[in-house]
Amino acid sequence: MHRSSEVKHVASYLNTRGCECFGQPCESHCPVLTDRTIHVQLKTFIKIRVKPDRTGVVTDGVKHSMNPFCEIAVEEAIKLKEKKLVKEVVAVSCGPQQVQETIRTALAMGADRGIHVEVSGKDYETLGPLQVSKIFAALAKKEQADLIILGKQAIDDDCNQTGQMIAALLDWPQGTFASEMTLEADKMKVVREVDGGLETIKIKLPAVVTADLRLNTPRYATLPNIMKAKKKKIANVKPADLGVDVCSRLEVLKVDEPPQRQAGVKVETVDDLVGKLKEAGRV
Amino acid sequence: MALRSVSRLLVNSQRCVLFTASRSQKTAAASPWDAEKSGEKKQVKTPKAQFNWRDALDLDGLLTEEEIMIRDSFRTYCQEKLMPRILMANRNEVFHREIVSEMGELGVLGPTIKGYGCAGTSYVAYGLIAREVERVDSGYRSVMSVQSSLVMHPINAYGTEEQKEKYLPRLARGEILGCFGLTEPNHGSDPGSMDTRAKYNPSSRTFTLTGSKTWITNSPVADICVVWAKCEDGKVRGFILERGMKGLSTPKIEGKFSLRASATGMIIMDEVEVPEENLLPKVSGLAGPFGCLNNARYGIAWGALGAAEFCFHAARQYTLDRIQFGVPLARNQLIQKKMADMLTEIAIGLQSCLQLGRLIDDKKAAPEMISMLKRNSCGKALDIARQARDMLGGNGIADEYHIIRHVMNLEAVNTYEGTHDIHALILGRAITGLQSFTVGK
Repeated sequence: MHRSSEVKHVASYLNTRGCECFGQPCESHCPVLTDRTIHVQLKTFIKIRVKPDRTGVVTDGVKHSMNPFCEIAVEEAIKLKEKKLVKEVVAVSCGPQQVQETIRTALAMGADRGIHVEVSGKDYETLGPLQVSKIFAALAKKEQADLIILGKQAIDDDCNQTGQMIAALLDWPQGTFASEMTLEADKMKVVREVDGGLETIKIKLPAVVTADLRLNTPRYATLPNIMKAKKKKIANVKPADLGVDVCSRLEVLKVDEPPQRQAGVKVETVDDLVGKLKEAGRV
Repeated sequence: MALRSVSRLLVNSQRCVLFTASRSQKTAAASPWDAEKSGEKKQVKTPKAQFNWRDALDLDGLLTEEEIMIRDSFRTYCQEKLMPRILMANRNEVFHREIVSEMGELGVLGPTIKGYGCAGTSYVAYGLIAREVERVDSGYRSVMSVQSSLVMHPINAYGTEEQKEKYLPRLARGEILGCFGLTEPNHGSDPGSMDTRAKYNPSSRTFTLTGSKTWITNSPVADICVVWAKCEDGKVRGFILERGMKGLSTPKIEGKFSLRASATGMIIMDEVEVPEENLLPKVSGLAGPFGCLNNARYGIAWGALGAAEFCFHAARQYTLDRIQFGVPLARNQLIQKKMADMLTEIAIGLQSCLQLGRLIDDKKAAPEMISMLKRNSCGKALDIARQARDMLGGNGIADEYHIIRHVMNLEAVNTYEGTHDIHALILGRAITGLQSFTVGK
């Protein structure tokens, strides 16, 4: 289709975070241009521990990997390229040195090149959706991306904000929670998984799409592709180069473990139960 | 969701750990309370080395980024796609031919070969791949080893360009499956005295092969067989036989209690006519098959430790979960001693395998090195598996806990590709200069 020559490239955002056992905040937070966020997922047996100073959780020595929704986003971008609907897939991640590993994984899956936006130390600890979306908006303009695909949310903070913010900053249309996306001429048809069911929308390119679970099943990186990934380029950029201030507007007051589960109470009869509920003011 | 799902583990015990660790590090620390207050600021200066029982000697730190990616990617495939199949495959003795095609798609068949649709990666990566497959099952790893080291390797090393073009890409994709015929019913450790004969017919430019091979992984379902036969000049040579050739049959061996997830059988040749183009011309004598076997043995050295690691981790988890006499089994000294032994052998074994892999990649490895590590890994892994089985008690004999399957499999792994004792003789000869394979010489 003639549109393919006009679609320059799909930028893939990779969110790399280290999370312990699903849902713990992690260190690196980088939206992937294609995959909104590749969450770093600590699948293994690492226990999540709150830091002694209660400013966050311990991420030292914790293995980081790509956010599952971001993986799905990368897969979708590569599928579009294989169908020759897009020319180039760029994988982007924001964070310290170790996010390069995640970008390499995206390259091994088939992305053409990577961009590593360097954010480290204190800046990285406070990096959130707002700063990331600003970085991506700036990059999208610089790279002249036609499509940005990201994971719908990071599994460490579950924000579900970056994609939407990017669209707002760029004033682009957005198709979030996509379980299906089809390029039709100059429009993207997106089937969205919403509470009420499935909603189908058509959005004009350039646009932002966030990937939901059922969009596709990400491929395993093949051995030859992993070896080819070595030769693909990862460019280094700083937020300042893009004119973005990564200073956070949020301050974490404290991080606590959830309260210990209290023992329950057994009652003999239904009347007792109702009585106890009334006592507790629940009925 | 992020913080809500924090499991309320161990703030206290964690504090103790941090506290102890920081204490032991700082000679200048005035009091425990100072150490705790200064907390992370001081710790950043002296990075403490944590002991990681999963990787006791930091093997990961010695791997390249690419090797780690290869290992991680393939580990994910093995755990997600192979592990779910193995219970029933082993119980019902079913070989899932599809796994060969799946592995072909991932590019892990014949990974060290350059060109012909193969990845051309390092021997260390091959070892890491073998370890991940065998972590699931030795039978699956046998299938992979045969395809890569015993079929693709001889064609690549000893074959003509036409043979390589004809077979290697299809073998790499898993489109066709191969097998390796050296062992005979009457000649196992002693392949040099094999009975299989190859007679050259100048009129038809074919070889006629007669004989039988046994204990051949993949043979019942293989598309091609790389068979080693003695020619009229008394030298052993390799031939590529294809299914469908008249006189060739590959019956399955029944009643196997090891490597049940892989199909094993015989290769019966009753005057099979093999065109001379199917001879592997670049090698003659036992150097041919031994070159292949060394290639496979290297993979097995890594692989056996993968099986051992699975058994160790499984036994650890079981003994942590199972409570007897009011405490987890892991609280007991005998149990901990067994795990300490397992941890040590695995960590040391892996380091030696890595060194061997690097030597092979630098073309500085001798066959005796490979013998030494194949023997060590298999012997130690079998021991670890047996101990682990014991630690699981009665549950240890149930295939749902997987360890007994590894115990059964490792019996074969310890025996094939050169028995434990034979490798000892190879090393003995290297040490003393005196061979002890035969008597009266």
